[in-house]
Amino acid sequence: MSDALKAKIADVFNEPACDKNQAKDEKARKKGCSKPLTPGAAAGGCAFDGAKIALQPITDVVHLIHGPLACEGNSWDNRNSASSGEKTYRVSFTTDMSELDIIMGNGEKRLYRAIKDVIAKYDPPAIFIYQTCVPAMIGDDVEGVCRHATEKLGTPCVPVNAPGFVGPKNLGNKLAGEALLDHVIGTIEPDDAGPCDINIIGEYNLSGELWQIKPLFEALGIRIRACMSGDGRYTEIAGAHRAKVNLMVCSTALINVARKMEERWGIPYFECSFYGLSDMNLTLRTTARLLVDQGAPADLIERTEALIAREEANAWARIERYRAELKGKRVMLYTGGVKSWSIVAALQEIGMKIVSTSVRKSTEEDKERIKAIMEDPHMVESVPPREMYAQLKRGDADILLSGGKSQFVALKAKVPWLDINQERHHAFAGYDGMVTLVRELAKSLRNPIWEDIRRPAPWDAPSGAFPFAEIEGHRS
Amino acid sequence: MAMIRTPKKNLSINPLKSSTPLGAALAYLGVDGAVPLFHGSQGCTSFALTLAVRHFKEDMPLQTTAIDEVATVLGGADNLEEALVNLTKRMKPKFVGVASTALVETKGEDFVADLQGIVARREELAATKIVFASTPDFAGALEDGWARAVTAMIEALVTPGDRRETPLRQINLLPGVHLTSGDIEELRELIAAFGFTTVVLPDVSGSLDGHVNEQYSGATTGGTKLGDIAEMGRALHTIAVGHHMRAPAEALQGLTGVPTTLFPSLVGLAPVDGLVTLLTHLSGQPAPASVKRRRSQLLDVMLDGHFHFGDRRIAIAADPDLLSTLANFFGGLGAEVVTAVASTGNSPVLTDIPADEVIIGDLTDFEQAAAENGAELLVTHAHGRQAAERLGLPLYRVGFPIFDRLGAQHRAMVGYRGTRDLIVDLANLFIAVRPEKRPADFAHMLAPVPASIQGDASHAPTATC
Repeated sequence: MSDALKAKIADVFNEPACDKNQAKDEKARKKGCSKPLTPGAAAGGCAFDGAKIALQPITDVVHLIHGPLACEGNSWDNRNSASSGEKTYRVSFTTDMSELDIIMGNGEKRLYRAIKDVIAKYDPPAIFIYQTCVPAMIGDDVEGVCRHATEKLGTPCVPVNAPGFVGPKNLGNKLAGEALLDHVIGTIEPDDAGPCDINIIGEYNLSGELWQIKPLFEALGIRIRACMSGDGRYTEIAGAHRAKVNLMVCSTALINVARKMEERWGIPYFECSFYGLSDMNLTLRTTARLLVDQGAPADLIERTEALIAREEANAWARIERYRAELKGKRVMLYTGGVKSWSIVAALQEIGMKIVSTSVRKSTEEDKERIKAIMEDPHMVESVPPREMYAQLKRGDADILLSGGKSQFVALKAKVPWLDINQERHHAFAGYDGMVTLVRELAKSLRNPIWEDIRRPAPWDAPSGAFPFAEIEGHRS
Repeated sequence: MAMIRTPKKNLSINPLKSSTPLGAALAYLGVDGAVPLFHGSQGCTSFALTLAVRHFKEDMPLQTTAIDEVATVLGGADNLEEALVNLTKRMKPKFVGVASTALVETKGEDFVADLQGIVARREELAATKIVFASTPDFAGALEDGWARAVTAMIEALVTPGDRRETPLRQINLLPGVHLTSGDIEELRELIAAFGFTTVVLPDVSGSLDGHVNEQYSGATTGGTKLGDIAEMGRALHTIAVGHHMRAPAEALQGLTGVPTTLFPSLVGLAPVDGLVTLLTHLSGQPAPASVKRRRSQLLDVMLDGHFHFGDRRIAIAADPDLLSTLANFFGGLGAEVVTAVASTGNSPVLTDIPADEVIIGDLTDFEQAAAENGAELLVTHAHGRQAAERLGLPLYRVGFPIFDRLGAQHRAMVGYRGTRDLIVDLANLFIAVRPEKRPADFAHMLAPVPASIQGDASHAPTATC
């Protein structure tokens, strides 16, 4: 790995705003935050995966993956990150390196020509070029090619130097953030900066969730300058340094972006969540306060309170109709980070019981919040699929809320399952999203198939389980 | 005879290929109690796994040697050893299929020797069969990975020996990667109708058919039993489906002397007739009534359906064997294959495809050619959905991956019954998009009419007459 990349990784690991990192001693911090992987017992994506997750939602740029086929070929068009217009981000671009390219060391030349072809055909505002393991190993200088191409061809070429073997997904998120900081943010001066401009960092507009909360800000006269990166546009992100407040959503993923923007442009940031009513309230309140601190009209605070009161009442009114059927139902939450607590409160409020919540990716602060809000805080670390299957099979919970990885554990145990991670098809953000979540829970639990499929098969059932009556004909 | 054209390009835009190691993993997953292991970085595995899960709507075991940067430079043998030890302890597989990736192949180690050393050294691996196939991403695609893994399994697991004097009433079936669980099921039933049992390698109809177990298992459940693989030499005959199965079929024949027939395709009346002829010959008994009835049903559907296929302009993009199978099927019903795109050029079937040219390319070549050639239907995997949207054409999903529809594994197109259902599906698709006729549709019928024909305007019909 190049010295530049090594230095970058060390820098990302030494994140002063990360409380996990700060809790470590000097030696442990040097080791970095990626745990060594266990061969034969590892799961999860690589750094490249993480980098692409963080940046691909930028809709109008070309995302060009430099490497052999699998990195892009097995992973393109795989997330429901929505766009309000541009579709370029859904097109897949890869140099698809062949054996010959690798042996002959043609990678850099091929990449440069690929960039040229892409500009000729698509004329994007920018190209993001992702490094992967094989070209990194044979020494293709992606940053050099990008510099040269930017100069020669005039289209900004942004190197995203996060080859898979440097670490896990989370590291890739951060390296993607570094690419934005080094090459994009602050490169275009917007001419319309205002006192109520914010950025949202770490929101990917999955299933259109950004649009569930955008109207709330707009109703208050708050403008989202840039979203990193859901439904993002290149010029918006390039001018993001003129916002007044940064909202940091997915807590650890892009914390380096938020902190360094504060360092460079004095933009305050706070960690927030759009999941759950109380968290949404808090997010709006904090945003308003930070904006007013910097010169936004003072009445923003009152208007925010009025909006919260209205929206919350409205949401509760819509949730109320599900209370009776959800009351007492037992939920197993298997997610992590902010979601481990942010929806707990709302589910408890309507009388559901949280059997357990996972704190795999949660910070100490997350855990404190769980303890504060849960009646009987049962926190679990990572649960092996075999064990989770056993728990569900013996009926420890009525429904599992998790990401796609444990989907089949629940379904094969014949237990309802609701997707609350990135592959989900429903939008769960904001007030409206909470109503959707509750509705989906009810819909899933209510489905008659559960009773039907748990019934024993005819050959296992006691006799008389399937009564049938012969037609009584009249014999004369 | 088709011309083969490989457009010279510097990048792939919307790739058609799926990776070689993934093909190998799918083959390994067709064995009972299996865990495939990718020798590469964790991303190589995680991307392949996610894609396979999206297609099958099933969880599946797929493990990684988790090569990091240090291992990339210093060599991955230690990771391979650690991975094998860990996963046998944790997942208790009967079989581990190792597939290499571009990352470790670029470094280029002697994996076979590494593996031999590991197996000899580690007692805890004694109860597990371990097989290795070389499958770098930068060479070939899904078919190649699948075929290499099947060859590797045959070479490592089949008991060699001369042909038996009195073979069992058993047929070996070597399906290509383009055959679904439903296809294998269909062939097994057809072969059983002639009184034979079938050993299928690999048998995804047992392991990836979406079943609900009563217990949790880390490894695959269902699929070819290791004992059955060892005993493939007892069979009367081997049937391989798809040209990419030639190498595995030859390996099996070489080891056991069991005679082999390779069917390039088993979709369409004539190819299935070929199989039925072989089975009749092997069994020495006439085709049973059930088979005859299926054939008759197919004839009827061909008669009913051919109206919808004649002169239809079809664009197909797929791996070579599936492309060839479908092109011949459509051609056989009177449709015209106006665009044929293959994922790789390393198959001899391509020149025989009934189309003017076969492009070795990606889905962008496909989209462009389909538009230029006035295609009416796109036939490819789920990634064709963007092209279909842009061109405003219907998409019939085939092959791998199909991540945005249910039941990809259960759909069968081989055999009399599979072909019957394929014709029905496609005809219904054509019927569904058939527009209602409007006067403008016939505007081209009449050339401008001279006054001599039009006559005096006063003779024109009026409302009163």
